[in-house]
Amino acid sequence: MTMPELMYREALNQALAEEMERDANVFLIGEEVGRYNGAFKVSQGLLDKFGSARIIDAPISELGFTGMSVGAAMVGLRPVVEMMTWNFAILAMDQIVNNAAKLRHMSGGQLRCPIVFRGPGGAGGRLSSQHSQALEANYAHFPGLKVIAPATPADAKGMLKAAIRDENPVIMFEGERLYALKGEVPEGEHVVPLGKADVKREGTDVTIITWSRMYYFCMEAAEQLAKEGISAEVLDLRTLRPLDEEAILASVRKTNRVVIVEEGWALAGVGASVVDIIQSKAFDDLDAPVHRVTGLDVNMSYAANLENATQPDAPKIIDAVKKVLYREGA
Amino acid sequence: MASPYSKEQLLTMYRKMYLIRRFEERAGQQYTLGKIAGFCHLYIGQEAVAVGPNEALRPDDYMLSAYRDHGQPLARGSDAGMVMAELFGRGTGYSKGKGGSMHIFDIEHHFYGGYGIVGGQIPLAAGMAFASRYRNEDRVTLCYFGDAAANQGSFHETFNMASKWKLPVIYICENNRYGMGTAIARTSAVPEIYKRASAYGMRGEPVDGMDCLAMYEAVKDAAAYCRAGKGPVLLEANTYRFRGHSMADPATYRSKQEVEDERKNDPIPKLRDHALKNKLAVDADFEAIDEEVKAQVDAAVKFADESPEPSVEELWRDTIVEEGEQDVRPRERVLGVKVTNWPKYPSGQELKVTWDLEPREQAEQADKKAGLSR
Repeated sequence: MTMPELMYREALNQALAEEMERDANVFLIGEEVGRYNGAFKVSQGLLDKFGSARIIDAPISELGFTGMSVGAAMVGLRPVVEMMTWNFAILAMDQIVNNAAKLRHMSGGQLRCPIVFRGPGGAGGRLSSQHSQALEANYAHFPGLKVIAPATPADAKGMLKAAIRDENPVIMFEGERLYALKGEVPEGEHVVPLGKADVKREGTDVTIITWSRMYYFCMEAAEQLAKEGISAEVLDLRTLRPLDEEAILASVRKTNRVVIVEEGWALAGVGASVVDIIQSKAFDDLDAPVHRVTGLDVNMSYAANLENATQPDAPKIIDAVKKVLYREGA
Repeated sequence: MASPYSKEQLLTMYRKMYLIRRFEERAGQQYTLGKIAGFCHLYIGQEAVAVGPNEALRPDDYMLSAYRDHGQPLARGSDAGMVMAELFGRGTGYSKGKGGSMHIFDIEHHFYGGYGIVGGQIPLAAGMAFASRYRNEDRVTLCYFGDAAANQGSFHETFNMASKWKLPVIYICENNRYGMGTAIARTSAVPEIYKRASAYGMRGEPVDGMDCLAMYEAVKDAAAYCRAGKGPVLLEANTYRFRGHSMADPATYRSKQEVEDERKNDPIPKLRDHALKNKLAVDADFEAIDEEVKAQVDAAVKFADESPEPSVEELWRDTIVEEGEQDVRPRERVLGVKVTNWPKYPSGQELKVTWDLEPREQAEQADKKAGLSR
C-alpha cells in the first residue's frame, strides 16, 4: 500500500482539520491564520470549514492572545496557538512560562492546561538576527512544558495530533524551511506518541543525534559516510522535553560513538543535556568523547556567506563523525 | 430613604468583610511569628472590593485575582483553615503548600487563582470569558488587578481583544493608589484608570471601593451588561490599603496623616452604620458575628499550625498531567467533604459552536464595499 505524499505544511493542516472535526473544543488562533490562510499556509482553507469562532485572526499582540488562549484552556477548551514565528513568541513567553507551565503546580493539581503553541522555528532564508534563531532550548528548560520538533511530514502530522490530545501545554517547533518538503504521510488516525525518539537510519559505527531540520543534514552526511564505509545511525529525538533517555542510551550502547547536531547555540543547548545523560549513564560504553556540532556562538547575519558559515551542515557533521572515529583528516 | 437591602444580605456582606479583616490581622501576626514566609500581601482596608462584587455574582461565575488574593476566595466561600494552611505552607492548603500566599486556587468555588506577575492574569480572564461565549454559557468572569497593572502591555492588549470580541468579562482595578511604594500618579500619564477603557470603545466607570454596597451595585449592573452580550466592563474601585504593600513593607512613602484620614473611610463600620441606621440590625447582631468570626479564625490558625508539611514526594506531582490522572479536589482531599460542583466541561462531540467572531456576511459586504477580494 502506498501512502500519499504530502508537504510538511499539508500534513499539519490535515492534523488540524481532523482534530477540529473530532473535538469542537479545539480552536486555532494566531496572526493571519484565517482570511490570509496562514502566513506559511498551514491553516489553508480552515476558516471556510470551521468559521471565525474556531479559526481566529488575532491582532498582532502576542502576549495578549497567548494569555487569552491559556485562560480558555484553564476552563476546558483546547486552543492551538499559532506563533507566526517563534521569534515573536518571545513577547508571549511570560504567559507560556509563568502561567501555562505552572498552573497545575501552583493550584496543587486542581487545574490543567491542554494547549498547543506551535509555529516555525529555526534559522535561514537571509532574515538576519531577529527572525533567524532556533529557540527550542529556551522552552526545554521549563518543567510543566512538553517540547517537540518533528522533522518529517509524517511525524509533523502524528505529533500535532498527539499534542492536541495531550492534557499539558505542548510547544511545537516546526521547521520554517521544512514547510514545502514532501514525504509520505499516513491517512486518518496517525498519532505519534510524544516523548519517543525514532531511529531514522540504522547504523553500527556512530550515532548522530538530532531533531527538526538538522535531521536532513545528518541524513545527507550519513549517506556520504556510507560511501566511505562508515555506518552512521541517525537518531531523531523528535521530543526535546521529556528526552527519550532509553532510546539515546540504547543507540550509544550499540555504536559507542556519538555526534550531536543542534541548530541552536551550544551554551545551555539541548545537546548539552543529551551529553550529560550519556556521560552519566553510559560513560563506560563510549569509545570517544561526544562531539557536538552547533550553530556558531554569534548572532545571525544577513550576508549569504555569513549565514551559511553560522549553521551546521553535512560537511561539518562528516568532520565531527571522523573526529569521534579518530579518522585522519578530521 | 429606606435601605433596599434585606437584613440577611447586609449581615452576609458584613460577616464576610469582617472575616477577611480578622483573617488578615491574624495572618500578619503569624507572619511576624515566622509561621508565614515569602511575600504576604494583606487586604486590610480593601474588603469591600472583594465582598460587594461577590454578592452580585452567581456562584458559578469565574473569578481570578492578582497576588493580594486572600480576600476574594474567602468572600467566595473558601475554607479559612485551608487558606491559612496554604499561607503556612502545609499539605492541607488549597495548593498543598505549593502556591503559598500569592497563589490561592479554589476551583470548586470557581476561584481561578492568584497570580504573581503584575498584569499576567488579565489575558487569562478574557480567555475564560471567551470560553463561556464559545460554549453559549451566560456566565461572566470577574478579574481583579491593581492600579500598577494598568501600565502593563497585557492590560492594553487584552482590552483591545475583549472589547472587539465583546467578551463577558468584568475587570476591577483595585486602585489603592500605590504600585508597591510608588504612587500611581507618579508613573501614570492618566492616573484615572477607568478613563482608559474609552481608548478601546469599552465601558469604564469609577466606583467607591470603600463602600461595599456601591461595589455590589456596580457589579450587579456590569454583570447584566456582560450577560446581555454587550461586552466587557472596567470598574475602577478607588480603595486604600491600611497596611504596607506586603508584610515586608513599613510603608514609609506615605504620611501618617494620609493613613489616618483614610481609616475614617473604613468600609466595615460604614456597612454596620448603614444597617443600624436603617434598623435592619442591632448591636447584638454584630457582637454575635464578632464572636463567631473570631472563633472561626482561631480555628483556622489552629488547623494550619497542626497540619503537617507536604510530603517530599509531592515535589514530583502536579507538574505534568499523567495519562488518566484526575484533578485534585482540595476540600475532598483535606476535609473529606463531598465536592459536587466541580466544573464539568462538555466533550467535543456534544459541543456546538454557533458564535461567529466575525460574521461572514458582514465581512463579505465590508470587503465588497472596500473593493477587496477574498
